Amino acid sequence: MHEQSKEFELTAEEAAALDEIAGALGRFGQERGNLIPILQMVQERLSYLPPRAIELVASHLGMAPCEVYGVATFYNQFRFHPPGRYRIKVCLGTACHVKGGDIILENFERKLGIRDGETTPDREFSIERVACVGCCALAPVTVINETVHGHTAPSKVEGLLLGFQIERERKEREDKKHADGESQDH
Amino acid sequence: MATIYIDDKAVEATPGDSLLSVCLKNGIYVPHLCYLEELKETPASCRLCFVEVEGEPAPVTACTTMVREDLRVRTDTPEVRRLQRAALRLLLSVHRVDCGRCPANKHCDLQRIAALLGTGLKPKNLALLLREPQVVRVHPLFDYYPNRCVLCGRCVRLCRERHAMPLLTFADRGFSTTVTFYGQGNSEEIPCADCRACVKACPVAALWPRDSDAPVPGGEEEPSPNTAGSDPAEAGP
Repeated sequence: MHEQSKEFELTAEEAAALDEIAGALGRFGQERGNLIPILQMVQERLSYLPPRAIELVASHLGMAPCEVYGVATFYNQFRFHPPGRYRIKVCLGTACHVKGGDIILENFERKLGIRDGETTPDREFSIERVACVGCCALAPVTVINETVHGHTAPSKVEGLLLGFQIERERKEREDKKHADGESQDH
Repeated sequence: MATIYIDDKAVEATPGDSLLSVCLKNGIYVPHLCYLEELKETPASCRLCFVEVEGEPAPVTACTTMVREDLRVRTDTPEVRRLQRAALRLLLSVHRVDCGRCPANKHCDLQRIAALLGTGLKPKNLALLLREPQVVRVHPLFDYYPNRCVLCGRCVRLCRERHAMPLLTFADRGFSTTVTFYGQGNSEEIPCADCRACVKACPVAALWPRDSDAPVPGGEEEPSPNTAGSDPAEAGP
């Protein structure tokens, strides 16, 4: 459940975007009918709907925050967690469903300790379920950021995550080496 | 006043009143969950208060049927009971039956309806779909138990009726629908301590004042099969 998870601290960028949103709300009337266009505008700028944004929208429309939340959770298009650096999208379209896409989803959820629609506290990974990404011949399919991983199997899930970890560690080492090299130059 | 006949009994009623309220006032119990006397609008969403009305081709919901002269009603026909049992079975398939530890035990509407319909509280041939977590502690005073909740909406509608800024609402959709107190952080700023309408109206104690001493229900505490016999949940055929 969304409300159970800890609130993510806003990044400096997000805090700035939130200030902009407060200004942009003035362009919308205060009729309740504007709620969904407003939420779409907020999500476009923030990529998700943090509690502070929901409060902002609620006070603009004179609604209770819980009502705004109730409406927003009805629609699949709204997210309540920031997207991770790696956005894992597990396909549960018909072909992937038949090929066990739900097992792949469960594997990601278990390995990362989050549920679908959530993000790891370090904002590295987020899991979403999607309905058909258009390459059913490769079922079951997982899309991570822009890369399509076909024929995913539970055993491949760990490999994928390990690959990201190795990549990250290598990058950290290189950055460190780079930084060290620079400091020696001075 | 109009005279109507409920199960062949002549009853005086005011035209325009809901048939369900007339039945209840005259001591004829018709199963219902979403209907509340004090709220004018009824969503007719629980699909339990079916009755047969002469002239209607199929059973109708008593809460949305208005009293009119010479209405002839039967509340206990096999077709009515069949519909009610089906609705109750579906509700119970998403209900955690743990009556021994539930504060609603003995005055729970589900128990009462199951006893009336002669069905057990554990529907056969239906998968039990429970939700996580067992208890949601978001509100400063009340806990919400998703696996008790029957989503009748009494609490949501009452809160909307009483407070210009409602404090609880439905969230999500389909099987994951819940009642949520999203955004209520500070007990000083909310009227809940004095209102409690939602807790009082809940037919199944899905909203309950937080008792810090009470153990968190669910988890490992599932009663073992050999002790479950004494559970009132097991009553009925």
